[in-house]
Amino acid sequence: MTDALIPFDEALERFDPAMGLEVHVELNTATKMFCGCPTEFGAEPNTQTCPTCLGLPGSMPVVNGKAVESAIRIGLALNCDIAEWCRFARKNYFYPDMPKNFQTSQYDEPICFDGWTDVQFEDAAGETQTFRVEIERAHMEEDTGKSLHVGGSTGRIQGADYSLVDYNRAGIPLIEIVTRPIIGAGQNAPLVARAYVAYLRDIILALGVSDARMEQGSMRCDVNLSLAEKGSGALGTRTETKNVNSLRSVERAARYEVTRQAAVLSSGGSVLQETRHWHEDTGVTTSGREKSDADDYRYFPEPDLVPVAPAAAWVEELRATLPEDPRAKRDRLQAEWGFTDLEMRDVVAAGAVPHIEETIAAGTTAQAARKWWLSELARRANEQGVEIGELPITPEQVARIQALVDEGAINDKLARQVFDGVLAGEGSPDEVVAARGLAVVSDDGALGEAVDRAIAANPDVADKIRDGKVAAAGALIGAVMKDMRGQADAGRVRELILEKLS
Amino acid sequence: MSDLINRSAAELADALGNGETSSVEVTRAHLDRIAAVDGAVHAFLHVDADGALEQAAASDARRASGSPASPLDGVPIAVKDVLATRGLPTTCGSKILEGWIPPYDATVVARLKAAGLPILGKTNMDEFAMGSSTEHSAYGPTHNPWDLERIPGGSGGGSAAAVAAFEAPLALGTDTGGSIRQPGAVTGTVGVKPTYGGISRYGLVAMANSLDQVGPVTRSVLDSALLHEIIGGHDARDSTSIDQPLPGLVEAARQGASGDLSGVRVGVIRELAGEGYQAGVQQRFDEAVALLVGAGAEVVEVSCPHFVHALAAYYLIMPSEASSNLARFDAMRYGLRVAPAGVDDPSAEQVMRASREAGFGDEVKRRIIIGTYALSSGYYDAYYGQAQKVRTLISRDFEAAFSSVDVLASPTAPTTAFTIGEKLDDPLAMYLNDVATIPANLAGVPGISVPAGLAPEDGLPVGLQLLAPALADDRLYRVGAAAEALLEQQWGAPLLTQAPALSEGCVA
Repeated sequence: MTDALIPFDEALERFDPAMGLEVHVELNTATKMFCGCPTEFGAEPNTQTCPTCLGLPGSMPVVNGKAVESAIRIGLALNCDIAEWCRFARKNYFYPDMPKNFQTSQYDEPICFDGWTDVQFEDAAGETQTFRVEIERAHMEEDTGKSLHVGGSTGRIQGADYSLVDYNRAGIPLIEIVTRPIIGAGQNAPLVARAYVAYLRDIILALGVSDARMEQGSMRCDVNLSLAEKGSGALGTRTETKNVNSLRSVERAARYEVTRQAAVLSSGGSVLQETRHWHEDTGVTTSGREKSDADDYRYFPEPDLVPVAPAAAWVEELRATLPEDPRAKRDRLQAEWGFTDLEMRDVVAAGAVPHIEETIAAGTTAQAARKWWLSELARRANEQGVEIGELPITPEQVARIQALVDEGAINDKLARQVFDGVLAGEGSPDEVVAARGLAVVSDDGALGEAVDRAIAANPDVADKIRDGKVAAAGALIGAVMKDMRGQADAGRVRELILEKLS
Repeated sequence: MSDLINRSAAELADALGNGETSSVEVTRAHLDRIAAVDGAVHAFLHVDADGALEQAAASDARRASGSPASPLDGVPIAVKDVLATRGLPTTCGSKILEGWIPPYDATVVARLKAAGLPILGKTNMDEFAMGSSTEHSAYGPTHNPWDLERIPGGSGGGSAAAVAAFEAPLALGTDTGGSIRQPGAVTGTVGVKPTYGGISRYGLVAMANSLDQVGPVTRSVLDSALLHEIIGGHDARDSTSIDQPLPGLVEAARQGASGDLSGVRVGVIRELAGEGYQAGVQQRFDEAVALLVGAGAEVVEVSCPHFVHALAAYYLIMPSEASSNLARFDAMRYGLRVAPAGVDDPSAEQVMRASREAGFGDEVKRRIIIGTYALSSGYYDAYYGQAQKVRTLISRDFEAAFSSVDVLASPTAPTTAFTIGEKLDDPLAMYLNDVATIPANLAGVPGISVPAGLAPEDGLPVGLQLLAPALADDRLYRVGAAAEALLEQQWGAPLLTQAPALSEGCVA
């Protein structure tokens, strides 16, 4: 069934959107939230478990201090107050892959609360706009396991041939960051949503507390959205859209819900309070579970844990050691590197800022670093469908390749072959140059023989050069380069040709 | 019948120390006793004869090489089936955990093993520790060795009966609202609920986490102190465990045994007497208090006005926590799994429902329903929230009382052991049996029950309960040992020598 929609601009003429964004961030602590199990991604199923994260009878939780520290640092970066005293609470509901059938979370006493952050975005007219997003809270909780029912037609446990549950993820620390209703953004609401999540990701990455990969689920966003009659100042009935796994999807999902809800309301209907699922491929949301205020998680304070009471001095120490704000840092780096706005935007979009920074630190010029990371490596990452940082090459290696070019040992064309070799695991840049025999040949003996062969093979061209048409030398240089498999020093080849044909 | 089973743990430790006997002999004697009488008593759900004898042999080797692991090295013990034991079944008295074998040891069990105490087996209990009679075990009731027609108390009736029937010199119990002390009272044994946080709860299958506490079940106050020192102390796996050393408990018990209580102030709790208290219970309690006065104690009456609300608050907090704790028993990972009848291709939720329907007994379901209701949105403040306020008031009553006295005293339970089946249809009457023990759990303070004699009207054991401020468990041992010494002086022997002999080999 396809939902009726009315165009976005038309919808905004009649309605004011209000949004609430809930972002879950999986922390990159070495151990889980409440036990000492490792958190490494991609391990064999159920190899990173213990009685506590399996919820075995009698097991008990112990709070991971590093996770508390990460939570506080996120809160501070979002200008939150940090609770002097807070507790964990049990959120009770049944789910097959939740070991205890309650999630240990925080309820009315979050560790971080009452924050804000200013996000910047470019509006439809290309103007840079700033919008303040207020943060209601950021709290700590644990992740669930993952289940997979194999076989059968229904995907249900009894109909399945067998069921698989992996509890490696159970108990991984999560921080949930919840905004207050975002009101007044009007037609910019989807852009604000996207800019907020993007900026939040930048902050998380700058803090180093998570790899914040939306595609892999280490950062997940739920978009709550409602519409109210324009100017009414009221809040309408909201939907909660789950599974929004990219920045682009955040914007698209918000836009879609505006157009869908506007159609419902315009036709005299009412919006159902429900969970909806975003479909990246078709660009629509579909109805999930109906969610009403009757949902009752029966929260109560976790009696197996003592309150978390971060010392004020510690909080101040963490505040004093926060990293530079990612936007300020970007402005500073752009100035230092001398990039144009367009160049900087491409670098940021490619996620290459830290890599370029490190490459420059290893001795390369800004333009050269940008050239390799954006032209060569971003393209390959894109082809392979991975993040730029996942390519098996280090900024130091990129710097070394450029150094080889600067030394004249290789040229840009050969450098691309060196990238191939390094990425294929053939060793360091120097090892690849040696193993593949990629060094530029500037030895007159070898070059002279190749030039002679080229002249002999192209007598017409040689005659033209003898007649003073020096521009024709290009054709001979090309022939020599081909003969030498690209490894000739092109400048020396030109000199030799002109000497021989003068 | 070997005389070894009649000895206290302290006496057995001496005999092991001087080479008079071996741990294998002692352990075998108790296994023989279990084989002979447990058909009638049904204190045990699982007996691990091979494991116990293996641990006993290892203990003998340590003693022979002159390096015992602890003062109680080689003295066997029984463990309540609510504590996780690696490799041994742990059912909590419930069908839903039938066949579950934990892959890990509770911290207290690990400490017993490290101290060299052979584990005889796992003792019967009310399902998930919910009850005051052990009738709510899914595996059948335990019988009181004083009268096999009567209940041994609960929930730890198995541990108390095992010790009272000389099947074990020592046992571990757990006490959420009186499950160590009330069975101690009605079986003529000693039971201690330590300060909350004084003993690790890691591996204790929780009924109500904020109330549960592991403790000793023994036949003498000194034995409880010896065991308490082995299992007590900080555990990093339990966040609520107290990170400071235990006071000298054995030392306090030895000091108390001299019978001198000069300078000790004892407060008799006004609210824990009168209506509902059996005449013979009150009489033996009053006589015991008179003995304390004779030993030099200063006795005054104190009022704890909010104790009258303790039972109501308890029956909101305990089921609230329990309803959440028991949610994990859903047939997904371990324990009983039942497919719903007549449903083709049932969903996970239907399997959960059918398994919980079949796996939990009535009392457990009753408490899950009460707890779920009490935590529900719109009722939370009126029930759970209000109960927590009462809890604070009860703690303040204790603080006020302990500002003027060193220990508080009351009967442990309002009645002697009732007959099996008598209160099964009347949950409220059953709950009232814990009226005197519950305040200590709500406030986290420690308590002990020591035998105070037999009620004249029915000849059944009565318990004297002593309560002390948090962390002052040593006071319980000092005053408890004094009371024990003074009473035994009157009786001429420990109370249990008056218990009827169990005919070996008979089945109830």
